[in-house]
Amino acid sequence: MADYRKITLDGLWHNNPGLVQLLGLCPLLAVTGTVVNAMGLGLASTLVLTGSNLTVSLFRHFVPDAVRLPIFVMIIAAFVTSIELLMQAFTYELYQILGIFIPLIVTNCVIMGRADAFACKNPVSASVLDGLMMGLGFTAVLLVLGAMREVLGLGTLFSDMQLLFGPAAESWKIVLFEDYSGFLFAILPPGAFVGMGLLIALKNIIDARLEERRRALKPKTEGGGIKRARVTGNVG
Amino acid sequence: MALIRSSSPHLHNAGSTPKIMRLLLIAALPGIAAMTFFFGWGTLIQIGWAMLLAIGFEAAIMKLRRRPVGFYLRDSSALVTALLLGLALPPFSPWWLTLVGIFVAIVIAKHLYGGLGNNPFNPAMVAYALLLVSFPVDMTRWTAPFVLQGDDGWHVLGLIDTFKVIFGALDHSAIDAFTSATPLDELRHRGGLTTEEAFRESNVLANGVGAWHAVAAAYFMGGVFLLYRKVFTWHTPVSMLGTLAAISTLFYLFAPDSFADPFFHLTMGATMLGAFFIATDPVTAATSNRGKLYYGAGIGLLVFVIRTWGSYPDAVAFAVLLMNLAAPFIDQYTQPRTYGHARPKRGLKEDA
Repeated sequence: MADYRKITLDGLWHNNPGLVQLLGLCPLLAVTGTVVNAMGLGLASTLVLTGSNLTVSLFRHFVPDAVRLPIFVMIIAAFVTSIELLMQAFTYELYQILGIFIPLIVTNCVIMGRADAFACKNPVSASVLDGLMMGLGFTAVLLVLGAMREVLGLGTLFSDMQLLFGPAAESWKIVLFEDYSGFLFAILPPGAFVGMGLLIALKNIIDARLEERRRALKPKTEGGGIKRARVTGNVG
Repeated sequence: MALIRSSSPHLHNAGSTPKIMRLLLIAALPGIAAMTFFFGWGTLIQIGWAMLLAIGFEAAIMKLRRRPVGFYLRDSSALVTALLLGLALPPFSPWWLTLVGIFVAIVIAKHLYGGLGNNPFNPAMVAYALLLVSFPVDMTRWTAPFVLQGDDGWHVLGLIDTFKVIFGALDHSAIDAFTSATPLDELRHRGGLTTEEAFRESNVLANGVGAWHAVAAAYFMGGVFLLYRKVFTWHTPVSMLGTLAAISTLFYLFAPDSFADPFFHLTMGATMLGAFFIATDPVTAATSNRGKLYYGAGIGLLVFVIRTWGSYPDAVAFAVLLMNLAAPFIDQYTQPRTYGHARPKRGLKEDA
């Protein structure tokens, strides 16, 4: 029986595709100029990831090991094509902004990686949850990076959200700095690299702090355990 | 640093990082004086403000990294970074431009890579390149040399007023009369003119280049002083300036209408500052003497290429950064032979 709690935590934090596995860096760095771009790509990737994990898991007993990768690619490509058509139908402007990065979801290593590392070995429910959580973890990183770059680069937050959520979202735009002349570096790819590095550093700091706190708590709960001294030479 | 190879007996001189950094600061004095004389108080204010910020950021990040603050502040390396950036920025740049630049230089380019000695790129140049890419308008609004502003041009904007302009108390329109493109910028964007026509028709190129000549001469003096004090060897500056002169002479001889003359290349922009103060940074340059020759030659070549065909008018920052990137590679292939050992065979062994 799969441990759903562990799958969730792995996807969102411990094994986050963006911050820990460092997979799918190309779209991660390329389209996170604004929150809306990041959210569009994140949602599309999540849908593809969940769908492909579901399908791969369903067919896992019928897929010969030798040709599994081409088959996974076919499945993923089918989902990406559907997403692409959906985006053309409903969010055409965003589809044009994201451009080549929508079809490129096929080559996103997160999706291939989860299909091969998880979905083809695990039952359907666990695979779907894994796909969803990995996708959400990826989307979260995209969103944070997109927000960072949008605030620094343009001085706004949630601009152009109507591209994704319809005309009602036009008023969501928050202008943080009036008369902001723009910080081009944050919008350009080097800014994405620096921002990504800072995010990874932040995650590592938080992990280190948590570990420290866990260690500090441990002796109190366990009390003074028995300390064993090794009396023989080499063991085993 | 064992920079000079000579036979014994050796006189030992306890050179140290703080001493070298202080010598650099002293050597820059003629350059600072010339810049102030020709471009007004802005340069001095920029340097002072940059140094203040640099000390602040350096202290803060040392505290964060749990290193002794005082010890590392005393090596003055942050001051040298601030000095270089202060000299490179346009004299009337707004205060926040310097703030962003120093933050990038000290925190990101220097300390995120491990602090002085571990930074692969020259911090001041990283900051300059970032600012140039991010804020092209502010970064290309250079001041016109005072000779172009009439007889009393220099007194028009005094110390206090310059201070006000930089810190935003006075509107930027107050200085619009004093700003102009640099000669390099002017020549780069001369349209369909030949170089000769550009030199005749553009005000800065016709009457203003003398100021840049003087500034370059001042930096050159500082550089010779540093060379005399053996802060660095002659290899990097000579090979950089030599390559730049050689390649620009070559192009100038073939097509004097479309390329600037070598003297122009050697004296305009940051060539002299770059050759003596930036390219010679011991942390980010190649280390062996032969390596320094390649390193300097690469910078000289890149400066010419970027100035002539690139989209930015000056190129020293980009050229230095690109060669910083190449320095480990150069070091790998130019290691001096250890005394008593044969030259190592590279590639396929014949008898293997």
